[in-house]
Amino acid sequence: MEHFALWLSAFLTLGILSFLYKDNPWYKLSEAIFVGISAGFWVVTLFWDNLVGKFWDGWQDEPMLFVGAALGFLMLLRLVPKIGWISRWPLAFIVGATSGLWLMNYLASNIMVQVMATIQPLFSTGYASGFDAGWGAIISSLVIVVGTFTGLVYFFFSKEHKGAFGGAARVGIFFIMITFGASFGYTVMSRMSLLIGRMDFLLGDWLGMIG
Amino acid sequence: MRQEIPLLITAIVGIGFVIQYFIPHWPFSRMSDWFSDWFSIVGACAIILGALNLMKVSIEKTYKRKEDWGYAAVIIASFLLMTIIGIAEGRGFRNPGTSFDWLYNFVYIPLSATMFAILAFFVASASYRAFRARNFEATLLLIAAFFVMIGRVPVGHTLSSFMPIGWQLSDLASWVMTVPQAAGQRAIMIGIGLGIVSTSLRIILGLERAHIGGGK
Amino acid sequence: MSTRAKELIALGAITLFALVFYFGKIWGWGTFEFPTWLSMVVIVLIGLSLLWVLILTLKGQLIERRVVFIYVAFAVALPLFMSFSQKITISPEVYQLHNALTELPAGSKVLISFDYDPPSAPELQPMAESIIRVCFEKDLKVIVMGLWPQGPQQANLALEKVFEDSAILAKNLQYGRDYVNLGFQTGNEFVIQRMGSSFESMFPSDYEGTPYREIPLVRNVRNFSNVDFSVNLSAGFPGTVEWVQIAVDRYGLLMGAGNTAVQAPVMYAYLNAGQLEGLLGGMSGAAEFEAVAGYRAKGTKFMLSQSFAHVVVIAFIIIGNVAFFRSGRKSKLKGK
Repeated sequence: MEHFALWLSAFLTLGILSFLYKDNPWYKLSEAIFVGISAGFWVVTLFWDNLVGKFWDGWQDEPMLFVGAALGFLMLLRLVPKIGWISRWPLAFIVGATSGLWLMNYLASNIMVQVMATIQPLFSTGYASGFDAGWGAIISSLVIVVGTFTGLVYFFFSKEHKGAFGGAARVGIFFIMITFGASFGYTVMSRMSLLIGRMDFLLGDWLGMIG
Repeated sequence: MRQEIPLLITAIVGIGFVIQYFIPHWPFSRMSDWFSDWFSIVGACAIILGALNLMKVSIEKTYKRKEDWGYAAVIIASFLLMTIIGIAEGRGFRNPGTSFDWLYNFVYIPLSATMFAILAFFVASASYRAFRARNFEATLLLIAAFFVMIGRVPVGHTLSSFMPIGWQLSDLASWVMTVPQAAGQRAIMIGIGLGIVSTSLRIILGLERAHIGGGK
Repeated sequence: MSTRAKELIALGAITLFALVFYFGKIWGWGTFEFPTWLSMVVIVLIGLSLLWVLILTLKGQLIERRVVFIYVAFAVALPLFMSFSQKITISPEVYQLHNALTELPAGSKVLISFDYDPPSAPELQPMAESIIRVCFEKDLKVIVMGLWPQGPQQANLALEKVFEDSAILAKNLQYGRDYVNLGFQTGNEFVIQRMGSSFESMFPSDYEGTPYREIPLVRNVRNFSNVDFSVNLSAGFPGTVEWVQIAVDRYGLLMGAGNTAVQAPVMYAYLNAGQLEGLLGGMSGAAEFEAVAGYRAKGTKFMLSQSFAHVVVIAFIIIGNVAFFRSGRKSKLKGK
């Protein structure tokens, strides 16, 4: 069974890799298996962990879960064309809940906390700690303030980017380019890591050539 | 009715979460708990709906013998295989040694992992063919990418080991990540945050109605 | 020879290669490791071939993309046979996470959320294994969960790997007392939101169906205030962003993160703002954590391939740009 499992894994891995040569039946077969298995994986996991684990095991303690189940059932009615419109109710619930939660989360964590973290004492490592920051820390703090502020100026499109405002926006785009460059570098790192993982499987687990 | 009730649901639920942020006590905390529980179940049903829809499309394609219907049949077969085995195995379906775990390890992992791994090839190809220092901004992008790519791996240390500590490639990569990169990232983060806050407000107030199939 | 015939020959060659080495594995050939001289020859050959690519490109001819693919495959695969020792420089954010974990008193509860799937496992699985191992070594209690459905299964794989270590096995750790896997719940950030008031309501039972209140480790864990530290291993949404926004900023949970390299840059803003207690970014983050924890596992092993792959990508960027400037900054290059 172990031999079969390894060869099956290798067959499917090479099937996906064969797309690099060109689109072909081997790739399409592997892709179709992937789609079916993924969908099955989600359904099984949601059935046991959520519908059974959360709803069925939990409704005695929390009868209000039935409202959630009812909304979920309405969602499934989308498959019935005549009354499919009723699935807008659970959809409205999802959109409303997400908007309400995100509104405050993003306002607090991604705006307020970030602004607070940008406005820090320049010559000190913290408030009431005296003049104890080194030159490196002072310069870094200044770079962060300038980068964040000018970056935000660049994103402000209600005013034409001319004069001092345009100059600040231009500095902002430099910082954003550095950010994109770093993100690109990390993306390369990430993609290569995934490939290394597959090579390790093919050359190690399957063919036993590497330890 | 078809528009008003969904609008009302959106507004009540949205405002409920906003109030709960400021008053995390009964009854708003209780309301938030209910909404979170319901979201979890509705979310599960939405994903199951997606899977059922995939089956509907695939069955239709197979039945009508449309182009590539054979692959649609494979989708149905593999979906049924995974689902039947998973459901039959009960709550411990993902325990090591189960058939579901076998399918996960030897079919799902190689397929999903390789599907994303092939992107490595396209990233390299794009780097060669499209990544050009056309102007100052693009050059900055390239330089930052260079420092990060070389400085975050051991070869960066080897190439710059003659430099004083603090000025080696790994140190420069670290500085780029934690200072100018973080500043740019923060600007983007605040910008996106403002966008999300305003869009959320528009949705809760009923000014944005695309999700209920309505315009202005 | 027709294209179909060439394709069949290539397929046959691959199958033959695989069969030879697979049976070699069964017959006990063992693993292969290049001697230093061979490694150097390989490196020189790759360098020379890149020079050839440069010359071709300077002549105005872009090499075919499949040739680039072959370079990438070799750059990733060949270093796996090499054994150069490399110095891994540890970033401050990696030290920070390691210190945060090791300074916890024995018996502290650490919540690890596995928010990733197999495609991201090469980066995040080594992190998961090292982090769990550090926790067990320091006698910390581990609570595992997942916001991604594949998470709990990846957690099981990581636990299996950690238990292969005889030192950890000797501790006789018990499921339910020393570690627990709560499984997966859908609902993304709403799961975290609900856990803020009650873990049990979100996870009425663990992944095997054991009721929450019958599990000794979590019986008294009501919400985040009963958890001493948390680590989020994330590959996207839902992940570290949502944990920071809700668990950290609303409920005051102390949290470190391990992220795929793709999303790690975003986390530096959170790290800088003090919302994260340390960060591991991508496979290099995993290797750095292994180095600081004193292990030598897959993160470290793969770093040579990672280095090679980065150098090849940088070489291709440089070659493309040299040709671009030589052609008077006009894209006159041709190729498929």
